[in-house]
Amino acid sequence: MSLLDVTDLRVAFGPTTVLSGVSLHLDPGETLAVLGESGSGKTVTAQAVMGILDPPAVVVGGCVRYRGQDLLTLPERERRRIRGREIAMVFQDALSALNPVFTVGYQIGETLRIRDGLSRREALHRAVELMDQVRIPAARQRVHEYPHQFSGGMRQRVSIAMALALDPAVLIADEPTTALDVTVQAQILDLLGELRRERTMALMLITHDLGVVAQVADRIAVMYAGRVVEQADVHQLFRAPAHPYTAALLRGAAISGTPPSLRDLPSGCAFHPRCRYAAAVCRTVAPSTVDLGGRSAACHFAREVLVEPAAR
Amino acid sequence: MSLLRADGLVKHFAVRGRTVHAVDGVSFDLAPGETLGVVGESGCGKSTLAKLLMRLEKPTAGRVYVDGADVFAMPARQLRRLRRDVQMVLQDPYTSLNPRMTVGAIVGEPFDIHRDVAPRGDRRRLVRELLDLVGLRPEDADRYPHQFSGGQRQRIGIARALALRPKVVICDEPVSALDMSIQAQVVNLLADLQRGYGLAYVFIAHDLTLVRRLAHRVAVMYLGKVVETGTVTEVYERPTHPYTRALLSAVPVPDPALRGRLTPIRLTGEVPSPTDPPSGCRFRTRCWKAQDLCATEEPVLGLGRAACHFPELLR
Repeated sequence: MSLLDVTDLRVAFGPTTVLSGVSLHLDPGETLAVLGESGSGKTVTAQAVMGILDPPAVVVGGCVRYRGQDLLTLPERERRRIRGREIAMVFQDALSALNPVFTVGYQIGETLRIRDGLSRREALHRAVELMDQVRIPAARQRVHEYPHQFSGGMRQRVSIAMALALDPAVLIADEPTTALDVTVQAQILDLLGELRRERTMALMLITHDLGVVAQVADRIAVMYAGRVVEQADVHQLFRAPAHPYTAALLRGAAISGTPPSLRDLPSGCAFHPRCRYAAAVCRTVAPSTVDLGGRSAACHFAREVLVEPAAR
Repeated sequence: MSLLRADGLVKHFAVRGRTVHAVDGVSFDLAPGETLGVVGESGCGKSTLAKLLMRLEKPTAGRVYVDGADVFAMPARQLRRLRRDVQMVLQDPYTSLNPRMTVGAIVGEPFDIHRDVAPRGDRRRLVRELLDLVGLRPEDADRYPHQFSGGQRQRIGIARALALRPKVVICDEPVSALDMSIQAQVVNLLADLQRGYGLAYVFIAHDLTLVRRLAHRVAVMYLGKVVETGTVTEVYERPTHPYTRALLSAVPVPDPALRGRLTPIRLTGEVPSPTDPPSGCRFRTRCWKAQDLCATEEPVLGLGRAACHFPELLR
């Protein structure tokens, strides 16, 4: 059994389906990269798992099992217990994720005071420890500073410290380095890797960057137009992709056309208008996910793509 | 003769009584048909440099020459003429197009000012040709920006920049707002246009991989200065400045088989504030090679490729 099992998850914004059956799983201690372009549904998947979907987005089907228990059927009270303590999240924009009018120490400690009943002094002490763990220099002094006094990279470290406060088993990081410069991105990716090893925490890393995936992921789930179109071990996937979309991304080739609007998805396979393998069946029948032995792809021609050297 | 020349460009901004050293002595030459990539992290001055080259900002010191003529010393009449030769593609395809104008009006607007380029009766045809050139349909001229995706909007911005048949286009992060499958389309388009029309580009980007694909020569900027310059092959394969080496080493390699086999250089800390740049070499506070000399004497970009007292030796 996986730590986190998402099965056939469906989310809609009113009449628009934004996730049309997302399935993925996360094992203890592993790093799963969720790769996709804007609008592919990566962030919505994370929000649904966390139970923080913004209205009018609602889950309309599927389940999210954490240690075998379906989170979607839990009462909000129970859900809140899991959020933060079992599954925590780090956001792309650390500046807007932090409250500008409270010190970082207050914000890191807030969870601990409310959830663990720590006193102000204990929470502050623990906040310093957490800041040390995310390698913020001079944590003892900086704990009293405000978010605007920190650089972009240091702010992201603060928000990671907040997420780690209750020692979660799963950390979901939504484009945590996208807003950062490349030398700072490298520092944050190293940090996430170290924290994951030290804490045997599972990491779900949402990204659009193939380089980041290749550097840190154990497995990859590739999303396109609200579906996981391919899932595989990172080495397998980079050696031989099974979905034409993944293959094109890896080649760095220009993919003709644009990602589809979720309000007006193409018939059949949503990728077919941009796909060089597309045949008649792709225009009419949405492909189901094909098991390829430890990996899978949602493509009518997955087996052909997998063995075709030109796809690599 | 070089088409575009920057000579000792300096731009300081006064912000609340303090001086921001945005650009601090940048020089380069750009030949016709050539692409100069400018790379660097946020705050290194690359966007200010773009504005100086466009004469959208006045430099604190230094000169910009287009075809040998001093851009900051020319009369208005001549400046207007110059605008035809130097155009710009902006980063954000959402805010750089007027939502209330049709695509045809946006792409044809340069002809309102430069009437002699397109006689009134010719405009419609020229706009359609421009749209075709950048991979849009001629009938798109009657639609509005919001009806297009980000990549298509950037094509509209490129069509507008090409309307006056410029010799050089300054591209400030032209694809960084676009999705990865779309970035390659736009980069290919820029490359095709260069081949077809002999355009020169100053291609400013933080994405080192993109710059490698498009540029002939590269300038690496750090805190307002060019710290290394050379051909793409030189800078990417044999970098000599410690910052260039660290920057390249920080780019994630899209090949999991190489994981753990490369020994990355990890810089500590972040780029210092341009209001108070370090003395001597500006990179010394993050440099593992720094010695006393680096704090007292500023290294210059002389005959060597790197502005560094202790560059990597080339074998």
